[in-house]
Amino acid sequence: MTNTISIRANGLTKKFGTFVATDHITFEVYAGEIFGFLGANGAGKTTAMRMLCGLLEPTSGEASVAGYDVYREAESIKKNIGYMSQKFSLYEDLTIQENIRFFGGIYGLSYEGIRQKGNQLLADLGLQSKAKALVGDLPLGWKQKLAFSVAVLHDPKIVFLDEPTGGVDPVTRRQFWDLIYQAAARGVTIFVTTHYMDEAEYCDRVSVMVDGRMDALDSPQNLKEQFGVNSIEEVFYRLARGAQRAD
Amino acid sequence: MKTILFLLEKEFKQIFRNKALLPMLFGMPLIQLIVLPLAADYEIKNINIAVVDHDRSAFSSRLTHKIDATGYFRLTGFMDSYREGDRMIALDEADLVLEIPAKFENTLQREGVERLFLAVNAINGTKANVGASYLSRIIGDFSEELNQEKRNKGASAPSSQIIVTSSNWFNPHMNYKFFMVPGILAFLVTMIGGYMSALNIVKEKEIGTIEQINVSPIRKHHFIIGKLVPFWVIGMVVFSIGQLVVSRYIYHIIPVGSLLLLYAYLALYLVAILGFGLLVSTYTDTQQQAMSVAFFFVMIFLLMSGLFTSIDSMPEWAKVIAYLNPVTYFIEVMRGVVLKGSNWVDLQNHFLIMALFAVFFNSWALFNYRKSS
Repeated sequence: MTNTISIRANGLTKKFGTFVATDHITFEVYAGEIFGFLGANGAGKTTAMRMLCGLLEPTSGEASVAGYDVYREAESIKKNIGYMSQKFSLYEDLTIQENIRFFGGIYGLSYEGIRQKGNQLLADLGLQSKAKALVGDLPLGWKQKLAFSVAVLHDPKIVFLDEPTGGVDPVTRRQFWDLIYQAAARGVTIFVTTHYMDEAEYCDRVSVMVDGRMDALDSPQNLKEQFGVNSIEEVFYRLARGAQRAD
Repeated sequence: MKTILFLLEKEFKQIFRNKALLPMLFGMPLIQLIVLPLAADYEIKNINIAVVDHDRSAFSSRLTHKIDATGYFRLTGFMDSYREGDRMIALDEADLVLEIPAKFENTLQREGVERLFLAVNAINGTKANVGASYLSRIIGDFSEELNQEKRNKGASAPSSQIIVTSSNWFNPHMNYKFFMVPGILAFLVTMIGGYMSALNIVKEKEIGTIEQINVSPIRKHHFIIGKLVPFWVIGMVVFSIGQLVVSRYIYHIIPVGSLLLLYAYLALYLVAILGFGLLVSTYTDTQQQAMSVAFFFVMIFLLMSGLFTSIDSMPEWAKVIAYLNPVTYFIEVMRGVVLKGSNWVDLQNHFLIMALFAVFFNSWALFNYRKSS
């Protein structure tokens, strides 16, 4: 892992009226790192992620993603990131191949690039025989793996994953994380939110959001030592227990 | 530009793969175009009439024959007591009961005046009232006939008569289908442009794929163009089938004016109405909401466009609404070009107004689309 900074946030804040969704969060994510972003529902994870993706303008604070400023260069950020939302994000009424073609196309890949990368993707996932199947007909686990692969198809510098494994069985989740490791090994920075604490253990560093604040940020090992507990799950309980907001 | 091609490719694939949408886009409008004009006919026929004839004279049977022969009435009863006529109204077997008094012929010949009694079943008021007015005319006609006969026999001087004649311009046979088909076609194009496009855009919000689009480098206006162009094309195609096939071969309507002018107007009109659909989609988050909102406006568009009722006979406040309704102008242009042969000079203002609608709806929609995400 190099120490090139991939994402930098400094006092990043988003208010909706009087409600402070994200409260002065400050952190850095390094290139090629798997950065876990934990927090209870309503803790402000999604808001923070949306600001970093250029979907939401911050109220105050600074942030840059892949070297681009979130206020002024949102369009440049969008060219350099991949994103996979908690809602399923491919078109169910298009085939696997058509989805690859569409998303490759809108990120500016050439027809030849789409063909090569698409074939590689299908081979990696073992989906060659299903290339002409509608995505809507695939099991959820396959859809999520495919959505991830499509999100990194254009070789983004950073990929944002918003609860990517919700509702997926443990075996498929493990396979999904293999894909994440492979991407990280290629130098892609992974920014992932999750509710699965075992997944948090797979991350290089983990941050925990409580009531819009970032109350902890370190490697899983250091966090466990710092709180004197055996698992990230217990770290999370310690921190989240004091939360005022809950859904 | 390449991005737009990828977007268009995706939209067309999705539309043509949608087993629910495709019949709605192509089948339903055409079925409506074939069925509606046949039903939406102002000409009232088959009015059930019962005649109570107390006279049973040559005159009374001549009058009854005359009524029967017009083709508008269906003689459902011929009886000699009013009570039976009354019963037929109660059973809804007669819309009108005409009572011919005893000594009808005698009195008419002796005094020149006679009263007939007409009972109207007001439950289906329109039909019965229209029937009553037809009937008055037939009876007036009949009395004129009798006067004529008297004069021919050299009887006393005729009473003065006011003769009302009317002729129908542009639709010489008063064929309502000529009037309705272009209007309904205009409305169907509106449904596709304003309704289907709104649903299509909102669908992306509902299933969440819009997020995926928003984090991609696709420019918003590219996305919008990608969404609207397919419906513009489909609107053109449906219109062409309606105009060049259904109107032409089923109703034998051949536009008097220029087809090119009609298409030019349609092209502009679709831009305006697609802007409306886009606007609806920016204010709604689910297809159900979009459908409700679009339905509300489409109903107003439909009822206040002069399609079914004449704008000239609306109250002033309603006229204002009618002239703020883009459909009004398109229906006027359709009827003008198809039935009257209106040309560019006649329709300049309509083009200008539709261009304003197009700018208005699209800029509002774009403004709101930016703001909302």
